[in-house]
Amino acid sequence: MVQITFVQPDGNRTTIDAAIGDSVMQTALANGVDGIFAECGGAMMCATCHCYVDEAWAGRTGKREDGEEDMLECAASEMRETSRLSCQLKVSQDIDGLVVHLPEEQA
Amino acid sequence: MIAGALRDIVIVGAGQGGFQAAASLRQEGFTGSVTLIGTEADLPYQRPPLSKAFLKSGNADQLWLRRADFYEKNAITLVPDCRVNRIDRDNSTVYAGDRRFRYDHLILATGCRNARPPIQGLERALDLRTLSDARRLRTAAARARRCAVIGGGFIGLEFAAVAAGLGLDVIVAEQASRLMARAVSPEISARFADKHRGLNVDIRVGKSAAAIDDAGLHLADGSTVAADLVLLAAGVVPNAELAAEAGLIVENGIVVDEQLRTSDPNISALGDCAAFPMHDRGFRVRLESVQAATDHARHIARRLTKGDAGPYSAVPWFWSDQADWKLQIAGFAQPDDESEMLEDGSVLRFSGARLTAVETINAPKLHMKARRLFAETPAPTRAEALARLDVEERRRMAAGA
Repeated sequence: MVQITFVQPDGNRTTIDAAIGDSVMQTALANGVDGIFAECGGAMMCATCHCYVDEAWAGRTGKREDGEEDMLECAASEMRETSRLSCQLKVSQDIDGLVVHLPEEQA
Repeated sequence: MIAGALRDIVIVGAGQGGFQAAASLRQEGFTGSVTLIGTEADLPYQRPPLSKAFLKSGNADQLWLRRADFYEKNAITLVPDCRVNRIDRDNSTVYAGDRRFRYDHLILATGCRNARPPIQGLERALDLRTLSDARRLRTAAARARRCAVIGGGFIGLEFAAVAAGLGLDVIVAEQASRLMARAVSPEISARFADKHRGLNVDIRVGKSAAAIDDAGLHLADGSTVAADLVLLAAGVVPNAELAAEAGLIVENGIVVDEQLRTSDPNISALGDCAAFPMHDRGFRVRLESVQAATDHARHIARRLTKGDAGPYSAVPWFWSDQADWKLQIAGFAQPDDESEMLEDGSVLRFSGARLTAVETINAPKLHMKARRLFAETPAPTRAEALARLDVEERRRMAAGA
């Protein structure tokens, strides 16, 4: 198991034991973390699973996928350097302890 | 309608839209009871992957919209395996056999079912609408060598692409003169016909199915297609009988106003089964899409909790994955809207001077720009569209346009 921490816009933190191979988006949905909608189910179609990777993890979660940036530019909350679609972040041993921040709005 | 007056909300239909209505009611702070009634035994799940990822993987764990404990935690009473057969509006109660559910507000999210054209031996064909359909189809596909698909719409073509990828022989028989004719421009239809032919899918347009038997699929022109698996994907019909029998207005779906209320203000309808006014366009449509289901659901939840949500005006969008092509549609065009192909193969649709839709293949940036344009500009003109979508550099129109 790999631990992932979700930080709500109000600072509230939830740490989840995530299953390797799931996406961060699936981890959030499966554990009832508020703030991830994921309407298209991970098809990179909706930008409603937007998250900000914690600065401490910058550069350690891989690069954005093809097309991901275009979707992020249209996300409901502003795109930052650290923005990712959580459906494209795969849970692996390498990201044990990952902290992601959730945006104010998803849709 | 004010929040304080509503205690019990009943949602009939536990697909994507029904689920979203329940979830959004809680997100909006509704504190009364929420009952979500569905005909299927499984937890609410996503349908789009059934004709895509699930067909390949068979993994249902990725389909659930939420796990079981979500419903408990949010005090949503999920009633699976339950078919509502009557609405008693005088007593604000829905009946499912001898079970009854009283409501202050009722949300109809009954979706669609497959159209069943008059084809002899149709009971031999498989469907692809529900999770159990998809499980059956996967099992059958694993044993099949030759598939015939009745219908060249999204579901039929998505299945054809997956089946061709599994090494099966596939033919698609479409009754209309082109693929996906209701939803996309002739130019996009043509690009997809070429794409599928490149995958070795035998695309036959203008061909209706007449009969299915041991030999395979017989077409109305007298030809026979050998097949050991026949998929019926010839469109859907809205599940509107329940509403019609209760005296609600039904016309290609359950008719709703710009607030998504049916002809009874205590009943709303959403998603595939609802015929709603397209904002600022002067006609009603029924959309079969995740976007319509979820945006309708959120709008209804907001209205029921806040009292007013303004007229429904969300921008329609849609996607379909076929092999390595992702088709995306922003906006809504009618079949006879004009079309202009850009140099990269994307297509702009126009009704008179007004941009109505943008159809793209593997061009998410243009798709998202189009969604934003429609959201910010209610009726974009051709000039606005060309400027805002950065068409200048790809301005070369297709020959003849």
